Amino acid sequence: MKTKTPSKLEKFLAAGHLAVTSECGPPRGSDAATITKKAEMIRDYVDAINITDNQTSVTRLSSLASCIHLKLMGVEPTLQMVTRDRNRIALQSDILGAASFDIHNILCLSGDHQQFGDCPQGQNVFDLDSMQLIQTVKLMRDEGKFLGGDEIKRPPQMFIGAAANPFADPFEIRVPRLAKKIAAGVEFIQTQCIYNLDKFELWMKLVRDRGLHEKVYILAGVTPFKTAGMAKYMKNRVPGMDVPDEVVERMSGVPKEKQAEEGINICVETIQRLKECEGVKGFHIMAIEWEEKVPEIVERSGLYPRPRPEADS
Amino acid sequence: MIVAKQKPIEEIIEETKGYKKILIAGCNECVTVCEAGGKREVAVLASALRMYFMNQGKDVKIDEVTLERQCDHEYLEEIRNTIDQYDAVISLACGVGVQFLAEKYMQMPILPGVDTCFMGVTEERGVWTERCQGCGQCILARTGGICPVSRCAKRLLNGPCGGSTKGNCEINKDLVCGWQLIIDRLKELDRLEDYEKLAPIKDWSTERAGGPRKVIREDVQL
Repeated sequence: MKTKTPSKLEKFLAAGHLAVTSECGPPRGSDAATITKKAEMIRDYVDAINITDNQTSVTRLSSLASCIHLKLMGVEPTLQMVTRDRNRIALQSDILGAASFDIHNILCLSGDHQQFGDCPQGQNVFDLDSMQLIQTVKLMRDEGKFLGGDEIKRPPQMFIGAAANPFADPFEIRVPRLAKKIAAGVEFIQTQCIYNLDKFELWMKLVRDRGLHEKVYILAGVTPFKTAGMAKYMKNRVPGMDVPDEVVERMSGVPKEKQAEEGINICVETIQRLKECEGVKGFHIMAIEWEEKVPEIVERSGLYPRPRPEADS
Repeated sequence: MIVAKQKPIEEIIEETKGYKKILIAGCNECVTVCEAGGKREVAVLASALRMYFMNQGKDVKIDEVTLERQCDHEYLEEIRNTIDQYDAVISLACGVGVQFLAEKYMQMPILPGVDTCFMGVTEERGVWTERCQGCGQCILARTGGICPVSRCAKRLLNGPCGGSTKGNCEINKDLVCGWQLIIDRLKELDRLEDYEKLAPIKDWSTERAGGPRKVIREDVQL
């Protein structure tokens, strides 16, 4: 497939490699070392690293600044951008800011509602939604124009991503929703964490039935459980998360000191099974505050060593 | 209707401290329907305040009136000849009425007796829920008659988000997901394919974002 941007991630995917991405959450403080240390741990095992944007609405060091830190250390960042906190002026401005540092991947999200975070009394913005942010980035990149119609000097060159949650309701519009994002201009998808593989495979079948897997790169999202408690929490407390009982039981069924290992096993097995799923073009490993386990997951899943982009260009 | 709820009595007492002659002015429209500021609530608040001031050993005169509307000149004029005998008015109308009263009687302190909440409906006796945020550019024709601006916590025009679970919103299990309702309606109308039409970026200038708004109808102006 032809690439549209200098993104290394796009190049990997276009070359037909199974991509591996991961993510780092910025710190609740201004110490850049928190980010650079995490990135250092995983840089050789992934093709790009997402930086979350005030995830779960908890105030943190900004995604853009964190991405710049990654860029300066030679790691490819994916800028996560939520529409919750900024209007169209600020979003476009930050896109240009990122472009000025040659950040070439963006993940367009609406963002969790602020009620979940540390400022539940704050305003939200939602001037645009995630689909409209996708359209905005595409307009800026492909037509070199601002939403207001004026010309952009040196437009951004960004590989455009978004999230998809096959497990949220209503299920019947989850594939149409993906089609809608593709129509808006999305080029890669990172899915919600997958624990219910049967349901994910059903979603993928419906995706293939419509030929959507040929139009967008789908990276399957995985998150290893550290403990049985975490599995229960994700099952019961996190909206839009589908953790089957047998997965919770499997985690609870091993002694506490073995649970972390079991969580990694489940994660690796998930990746191995989904490698066989037609249309899955890679994996997005979200090891929440457990980045040090990413290398092990990547290696055990047979995804290491990572191909070198130079070899394909 | 405009839905309001009564302010806590402690807050009203705090605001009325120091006044000797108070008029409580109800409104016979929306706030009567939502049982926050009609004739009955005026009477209840008046009794509560009288009792409070009596217990405090204070001699405060509390009178009651309920106007047909507080958002129209003609009804506000009805108290023109009597308002001067008070040194404060507690309006139980919505924020619109409170302000219009204040604009009309420049020298009179006008205190709000309710918190104005939203434009909504009586779902059942004692339960009112929001339906409209007055964005100034109605899109209901495209969303199956259910408004994503007022009924989605994120006002997503291309929802639902990934937090929609079993028909409910991610922010509260007791809150219906507006987009679930839209999908259900589109299905009933046999128009589910409409879901895939991208909703364009909205012009919010007709909403609060564009500053205080005004509607002028020259054909009906006198």
